[in-house]
Amino acid sequence: MNASIGGAIEFIFEPQSSNVTGGKEVGGLSQVIELTLNQLELTVLALALSLVVALPIGLYLGHRGVGEALAVGLGNVGRAVPELALIALMASVVGVGVLNMTVALAVLGVPPILTNAFVGIRQVDRAPVDAARGMGMTEAEILFKVEMPLAVPTLMAGIRGATIAIVATATIAPLAGVLTLGDFIINNNVYGQNGLLAGGILVALLALALEFGLAGLQRLLTSKGLRLSAA
Amino acid sequence: MRNTTKRARASLAVLLALFLSIGVAACGSSDDDSTEAGEGGGAIVSNPENGDVTLTIGSKNFPEQEILGEVYAQALEAAGYKVKKALNLGSETVALQAVKSNQISGYPEYASTALTSFFGLEPEEVPADAQGAYEKAKAEFEKEDLTAFPPTPFASANAVGTLKKTAEERELETISDLEGQSEEMTLDGSPECRQRIDCLAGLEKYYGLKFKKFTPVDIALRYTVLEKGQADLSILFTTDAQLSAEKDKFVILEDDKEVFPAGNVIFVTKPSVVQKAGPDYEKTIVEVQKGLTLPVMQELDARVELEKQSPAKAAASYLKEAGYTG
Repeated sequence: MNASIGGAIEFIFEPQSSNVTGGKEVGGLSQVIELTLNQLELTVLALALSLVVALPIGLYLGHRGVGEALAVGLGNVGRAVPELALIALMASVVGVGVLNMTVALAVLGVPPILTNAFVGIRQVDRAPVDAARGMGMTEAEILFKVEMPLAVPTLMAGIRGATIAIVATATIAPLAGVLTLGDFIINNNVYGQNGLLAGGILVALLALALEFGLAGLQRLLTSKGLRLSAA
Repeated sequence: MRNTTKRARASLAVLLALFLSIGVAACGSSDDDSTEAGEGGGAIVSNPENGDVTLTIGSKNFPEQEILGEVYAQALEAAGYKVKKALNLGSETVALQAVKSNQISGYPEYASTALTSFFGLEPEEVPADAQGAYEKAKAEFEKEDLTAFPPTPFASANAVGTLKKTAEERELETISDLEGQSEEMTLDGSPECRQRIDCLAGLEKYYGLKFKKFTPVDIALRYTVLEKGQADLSILFTTDAQLSAEKDKFVILEDDKEVFPAGNVIFVTKPSVVQKAGPDYEKTIVEVQKGLTLPVMQELDARVELEKQSPAKAAASYLKEAGYTG
C-alpha cells in the first residue's frame, strides 16, 4: 500500500496488478516509454509554438528598443494564467486533445521566451552595435550577427525556463485527452502509490534530461569569446 | 441564454422536491416547532462533552464529495465537536490511506467503490441492495481495523450518457443497444475510466463493446464534451444535477448488464476514533444524512456545479432547510 523507491522502480520496469482493472496489469516499461514519448512530443510541439510566437516579437522589440511594457507586461500576465481553467475554457472551443494542450502549454512558454528575448537584446553593449552600424551593416545583420550572439545566454535562459515549465505542466494533459506520464500520478486508483511515485520520478528525470540537453546546446551556440569571458 | 427558462423551471421543480422531502422528514420526526432531537431526526444538539474531541473530516476532491464532507463537518461542529476539514483528497486510495494513518478521522465513500476498489470485487459481485453492500463493506473494513457507518438514502453510479437527440436518432435506451453502433461512436470519460472494470474496461468486457475512440477528460468536462459535440457518449454520474435540470437534453442509457454498481455513501472511519469521539459521532452522521435522497443530492450538486455556490454554503443551507441547525 505504501510507496517505496524500490516499488516505484519495479513499477517502471514490470507491469503490476491493480485492484480496479478486473485483473489487467498496469505500468511496466512499454507503458512508461509510450507515455514518456507522448509527454516529449507534447513538450516539443508547445515549445515550438512558443518560439514561433514569442521569439520574433521579443527580438524585434528588443532591437527597436520599444514596447518594454508589452514585452515585460505580457510576460507577467502570461505567468498568471491558471492552466486548468485555460484547458477547460478551450475545451468548449477547440475540444480536448493535442491542439488544446499545445496551445495551453505554449501560453506558459511564451512569457519567459518573450521577456528574455527582449531583455537579452536590449542589454547588449551599445559599442559593438554602433561599430556594426558604422561598418554599414543592415539592421537585420546587426540583429542576427551582433546582438543575437551576444544575447545567447539570456535567450537560452528564457527557452530553458519555458521548457521546464512546459514539460512539468504537460503532466496534467491526461485531463485533456493526451496521455502523458501524468497518467501515473492522476490515476492513483489504478496505479497505486508506487505508480504515483514512479510518475513523479519519471517527470523529474525527463525535465532534468531536457535541462542538461539545452545547457549543452547553449554551450554550442555561445561564441568562443563569450565562453572564455564567462569562465 | 439558451434554455434559461427551462433550466430555471426544472431547478424550481427540484427545489420543490427538496422542500417536500424535507417536509416529510420533518413530519416524521417531531410535532410542530419543537427543536427537541427525537428518535427520527430534528435539530442537532450541542453536547459540551464533545468539546475536547477534534475530528478531521475528509473527502475526495469533486463537488459531491466536498458537499458531503461539509455536511458531516458542519453537523459534527453543531454537535459540539472541534472539526477540521481536509476536503481535497485526490483519490479513494489517498483518502483510505489518510484514515489508516490517522491524518483524517473519516470520509464519505461509495459502498460500491469501496468493494471494487479496496477489496477487489468484480462489479457483478457487488450486492444490489444498499444494506447488503454496506454490511459486506463493513465486514471487509473491520478486517483492516476500520469501520463504516450505515448508508445514505441516495446512491450514485457511473452511467453512459448522451444527448437526447443522439439517443433518439440511434434508438438507444440501454447500453446493449450500442451493439453494432459503438464502433462509430466516441466516448469520453475520466482518465482512470479506461482501465477500470466499473467503467470502460467493464463496457468492453461485459458488453463486448468497442468504441471508435476513448478520450480521457477531466470529470468537470463531462457535459461540455457532449454539448459541444466532441463526444457521442460521456461517462456521467446518476446524481448529476444536469440529468434532472436538463431532462430534454441529456439522457443516460440503462445499464442492463449491471456493470456500473450503484453505491450509497457510507462514512469510513476507525474504531479507535469512534471510541474516543463517543456516541454523538455516529449518531450525528447517520442523522444528518437521512435527508440526502437522490433529488436532494442532485439539487445540492446543482447548486455547486451549475450555480457555482461553494460546497460549504450548499451544505449549510441543506442543514438549515432540513432543520438540523438553527
